[in-house]
Amino acid sequence: MAGSIPASATVDALAGGAPSRPQARWGTEAWRRFRRHKLALFGTIILGLIIFGVLVGPWLWKVPINDIDFNARLAGPSLAHPFGTDDLGQDLFARMLYGGRISIAVGLAAMVIAILFGVVIGAVAGISSGKVDAALMWLTDLFLSLPQLPLLLLIIYLFRDSLKNIVGPEMGVFILIVIVIGGFRWMPVARLVRAQFLSLREKEFVEAARALGASPFRLVARHLVPNSLGPVIVAGTIDVAAAIIAESTLSFLGLGFPPDIPTWGRILFDAKDYLDVAPHWALFPGTLIFLTVLSINYLGDGLRDALDPRKVM
Amino acid sequence: MAGNTGDRKTGDKPQAHGPGPVPLLHIRDLKTHFNTDDGMVHAVDGVSMHVHEGETLGIVGESGCGKSVTAFTVMRLVPIPPARIVGGEIMWRGRDLLKLSNAEMRAIRAREIAMVFQEPMTSLNPVYTIGEQIAEVVRLHEKAGRKEAMDRAVEMLKLVRIPHPEQRVKDYPHQFSGGMRQRVMIAMALSCNPKLIICDEPTTALDVTIQAQILDLLTDLKERMGMAVMLITHAMGVIAETAQRVVVMYAGKVVEEAPVGELFANPRHPYTQGLIRSIPRIDTAAIEKKRLEAIKGVVPSLLNPKPGCRFAARCPHAQPECVAATPPLRPVSLGHSAACIFAELPASKRPPRSIDASMSPVAPAAAVA
Repeated sequence: MAGSIPASATVDALAGGAPSRPQARWGTEAWRRFRRHKLALFGTIILGLIIFGVLVGPWLWKVPINDIDFNARLAGPSLAHPFGTDDLGQDLFARMLYGGRISIAVGLAAMVIAILFGVVIGAVAGISSGKVDAALMWLTDLFLSLPQLPLLLLIIYLFRDSLKNIVGPEMGVFILIVIVIGGFRWMPVARLVRAQFLSLREKEFVEAARALGASPFRLVARHLVPNSLGPVIVAGTIDVAAAIIAESTLSFLGLGFPPDIPTWGRILFDAKDYLDVAPHWALFPGTLIFLTVLSINYLGDGLRDALDPRKVM
Repeated sequence: MAGNTGDRKTGDKPQAHGPGPVPLLHIRDLKTHFNTDDGMVHAVDGVSMHVHEGETLGIVGESGCGKSVTAFTVMRLVPIPPARIVGGEIMWRGRDLLKLSNAEMRAIRAREIAMVFQEPMTSLNPVYTIGEQIAEVVRLHEKAGRKEAMDRAVEMLKLVRIPHPEQRVKDYPHQFSGGMRQRVMIAMALSCNPKLIICDEPTTALDVTIQAQILDLLTDLKERMGMAVMLITHAMGVIAETAQRVVVMYAGKVVEEAPVGELFANPRHPYTQGLIRSIPRIDTAAIEKKRLEAIKGVVPSLLNPKPGCRFAARCPHAQPECVAATPPLRPVSLGHSAACIFAELPASKRPPRSIDASMSPVAPAAAVA
């Protein structure tokens, strides 16, 4: 390799004992920066605990989620029922652990879909000027101006049964809800990415990369996307929160998961009629949704700062 | 354009005087125009020049004279549209760069022709370490492994005299000063060992001491690596220190071309003469207490120009025949040519101006003051 440069002989001599230790990994550096962001660290720990809880919890807390016990209706928190019970005497702790899996999975999956769609559409629009850009932005505006709720009703009404037949009731509703929520939340991301691209693609370093032989795809993947990720990460964390809440809205309308599947939104919805006699019923899912959303937002904030090397931390 | 196959053997070129090796890069009658709302801007209008292997060609001219557009056209980096390459050819080692596919052109960039930009502060991607950025160029063009490419990055940093290159490869661009970043840009440009490096005002954004260091470095690297340099600048001082041959551009055209010593000693075009007179001189200024001379007027608009010498509006010797037809670039002595009807006459023997400014072929952007 050195031989290809005439000057290498001298350079090699100079470089002599240059230590060839591996370059500091990008991840290590980002982690060092992330750790300094106290709130983000706090958010990560809380979120980690919640995710760990809902993943492992149902195996440790073996009370069935649909065990009806009318003797313990609307009971407050106790040792037998740490989060109390609902109007059928079902154990809320077990239902929360089980429902958390679904709520968090819906939130994350919908976020991934929204970000994926948004980044791809925004990137294509931002890099190609003229007709393609205009067409994609029309599409974005179209989606933004659609009346979402009636459309959601229609889509779910049309496809719920056929999907249920293919992948089973629970999975079918999950896929449908994720696609519906994700499919209606990509527009802000697309606009963000496009706006970033429009300013970034005129930057000198993009021109310099082009002058050094980078192909358009490489320009996008290596130079434009990494530089436009900051706002996308923040938008993504907001999307997770919005998806968890949107899922409860759908459950409220009877369009989400069936009533016997206890998602956090569903539990909250069921609790609303008993707020005066059993406030604990609404408080626990409400607090958990709140904590999850908040910690995801902090996590996103920290990620954005940690991944931006210009930020002095 | 069609009959260029014989040129390489016979050396039959419009501006290259005398026999000589086939030039590395030969631009012939290049025309790059920009389509704007107001009409066609003839930014580069029939420019010819050549660069020989291992030589430094200086291109000098005011802002907006088309030097950068020429360079960007060579790299095929002008945005099309609005730009349109109306005519001409860019012969690079036997191939016309204007006829290559985009993929073929990408393979030439950095490997054969590399470019260094004016603005080092923003020419590096802020989210990658400089090591990664140099290594990326190497990996892109030479299919080198990650480790190998990173070793090359260290080597290149050492070559451009960045202290502690083993540590500095891991730093991000914002941790470097402007001069250091320009060194990094040069390192990136040289990482694939190109035959020609185009420097578009590489020192304009830097302070004077750093300017000198960067120019020294360029000259040194040019000799060590045996490459040719195309140095675009508006500073005559930079040209005098660095270039072997100079092309003077004015309003989208080449007005004079000469070896550097000849150009400073014996400028033939009134524009070049004006440029040289407007260099501040510490020796005469101190004794004679004269005001520094400036070329009066401003660069004309290049929107739909009419035929005729484009410098006529500002020329102290302009005659009616100057605006009748564009004076061609014609040889004055070996390797020296100028596009002026008085090219052979010494400045003192040239008649004074005999036309008024409104007769200029280009829109009179500002009357002669």
